[in-house]
Amino acid sequence: MFALRLVGAVVIPIAAFYTLWVTFDFLRDSEANRVIVVGVAVVVGVGGVFFLYWAMNRAVELLPERYREGVRPWIFVGPAMVLLSVFLVYPVINTILISFKDAQSQSFVGLDNFKFVFTDESMLRAIRNTLGWMILVPVAAVTTGLAFATLADRLRRGEAVAKSIIFLPMAISFAGASITWRLIYSFRPAGFGSNIGLLNGIMLGLGQNPVDWLSQHPWNNLYLMVIMVWMQTGFAMVVLSAAIKSIPDEIIEAARIDGASEWQVFRRIIVPSILPTIVVVATYMVINSLKVFDIVFVMGNAELNQTEVIAERMIRWFFIGQDYGKGAAIAVVLFIVVIPVMVWNVRRFREEEMIR
Amino acid sequence: MAEIVMEQVSKVFPDGTAAVSDLDLDIDDGEFIVLVGPSGCGKTTALRMVAGLESISQGTIRIGDRVVNTLPPKERDIAMVFQNYALYPHMSVYDNMGFGLKLRKLPKEEIDKRVREAAGILGLQEFLSRKPKALSGGQRQRVAMGRAIVREPKAFLMDEPLSNLDAKLRVQMRSEIARIQHDLRVTTLYVTHDQVEAMTMGDRVAVIRKGVLQQVDTPQFLYDHPNNLFVAGFIGSPAMNMVEANLSISDGSGVVEFGGYRLGVPQQVVSARPELKAFDRKPVIVGLRPEDLEDASLVPDAPADRRIRTTVILREALGADVVAHVKIQAPAVVTEDVKELAHDVGQEALQAVEQGARSGESTFLARLNPRTAAKEGQPIELVVDVGRLHFFDPGSGLGIYGGDGN
Repeated sequence: MFALRLVGAVVIPIAAFYTLWVTFDFLRDSEANRVIVVGVAVVVGVGGVFFLYWAMNRAVELLPERYREGVRPWIFVGPAMVLLSVFLVYPVINTILISFKDAQSQSFVGLDNFKFVFTDESMLRAIRNTLGWMILVPVAAVTTGLAFATLADRLRRGEAVAKSIIFLPMAISFAGASITWRLIYSFRPAGFGSNIGLLNGIMLGLGQNPVDWLSQHPWNNLYLMVIMVWMQTGFAMVVLSAAIKSIPDEIIEAARIDGASEWQVFRRIIVPSILPTIVVVATYMVINSLKVFDIVFVMGNAELNQTEVIAERMIRWFFIGQDYGKGAAIAVVLFIVVIPVMVWNVRRFREEEMIR
Repeated sequence: MAEIVMEQVSKVFPDGTAAVSDLDLDIDDGEFIVLVGPSGCGKTTALRMVAGLESISQGTIRIGDRVVNTLPPKERDIAMVFQNYALYPHMSVYDNMGFGLKLRKLPKEEIDKRVREAAGILGLQEFLSRKPKALSGGQRQRVAMGRAIVREPKAFLMDEPLSNLDAKLRVQMRSEIARIQHDLRVTTLYVTHDQVEAMTMGDRVAVIRKGVLQQVDTPQFLYDHPNNLFVAGFIGSPAMNMVEANLSISDGSGVVEFGGYRLGVPQQVVSARPELKAFDRKPVIVGLRPEDLEDASLVPDAPADRRIRTTVILREALGADVVAHVKIQAPAVVTEDVKELAHDVGQEALQAVEQGARSGESTFLARLNPRTAAKEGQPIELVVDVGRLHFFDPGSGLGIYGGDGN
């Protein structure tokens, strides 16, 4: 009896999985109308997942009671873990592997690619610039977001409108925003037509000569960061504003009665109360600025303007330069840089949980 | 420390509702005044105007010798205890209490001395380094008190500080707050909807209804000489029994008749209320406190014109006494005041009052000696302490006293 059940517990999931597999094979090779095939596939897919879970759960029921509750969680977590490994863990390992190979991924070249990452002039600039992005963008976006959130909270009316306007850039893609800002920074040297850029329009209006903003190293890095701040401030504002509104009014009133000025209320009560949220938003921004690519890519020749960043270099080498080894090595470096941020984030999150 | 004077203070909210109307209230230096009323009566708004958290639509508020109408809260030198304590969640108990002093740039040693002193008074010494989250409700309440005490302010303002505590703790903190206030002699304005708190804690009690002050007096005087039906019904638990009766006066003493009963009103009661003469052969509202009724079998020699025969509907044994609900064949009194009181209790109470008025029947509550033989469904004879009857004008709802300005 026991052996029978054990066999059942193994056979049922295998049979269920096999049935689904065969169904998909059949559908793929079927000559029927494509639309019908797609429809059936969707139904079988959704129903199949349900069926698979149900079958595996049944199989668990057949196991001896002692093992049942130990096995059951794995049945439900298992599929997600398999998918994660296929689409996340495997690529990571493969990328690391490629990073030790040559441009065509044919032979191992040792640490050559990493030597390149840390010696190439352009790469070093990219690392330096990325560090700048990582620090300046979160600081600027969180500070302005916090300022907007605090001030909007005090508006008698029109808070929703004001916040919507500031939030709006969030809805634009990085590439779209970059193109908008290219027009703002646009510069044409004398003899190549009139200057249509907003900033140069202002310069001309003030009787100054137009400036080629995007080639003003190192300031052009800041000009690019402005774009990201412009886009991310709205996000910071919305999240922080929600946090500010969740502070009970009485606490603010108590502080006022205790003798706090409005600035002291902000500094000693509001900011400490929403500090966990500020940290979350700032980490999100740090990770986002590590990944920044589109802005730099769209806003002209990064190498010429010396505005390279790590992610931009990675794509440049991997896809445009077709040098898989160097591209992968840059990706690995980027990956390693993100780890401490994530670890810190997770640890902080756990501490928060513990306080709760 | 200072007195607080409110003169003709009104608050009208932007949507037109008048929360407080022409409030006149003098709080003497060191006095403990309790502002009491049903929920939504404007008592908290009044307190918040004193604190500076709410603007003043009309009138003036003085704290000490300064008119504070336009002063922000931080310049009024007052401390407030909130209903939900409003402790700063990110600060330790020590920092919560010392925050106000730190903002005033007091030297560290002075802050430390005051915080430790207050912690000593409140028994919080072992909790000074804890965060509010790690404290029980009662401890949080103490921290909120401590935050007020260390400030040594001109006045304490307390907004229902005990309503979030469970019943037992509430009784304990009630006496504790009263004791601390008594020791420190800080002028205190205390808001509550609980008339027991008001009676037990206040040097004087101010009863407020729909933003209008009804009466300000010592708890006992308020209980014995309510200005009107509202105060009479609000102060005291169980509430005063009220019934419409016909009064006739002859030879200086009177008789009230209701629901087939005749009660004699002694001469000294009539003479103490000169205004009562105007109600001869007219209806009045008679008020009877539950404790002024007693089981006749325990008072054997009571004269016939002080007795009521009725039936017990419900018997509630409280240990120290028995509250008997008895049937009275007379319509319940329904005035705006009574409706307001019933409304505060709940919708059911309001319906019960209206139902009683229609059916021509009402229920009296009698607080009897526990030796009573009262049984549910059984007839009982009650003796009324007629010397303690209350009389109200059925038209205006005002108490009938007269002569000495009461």
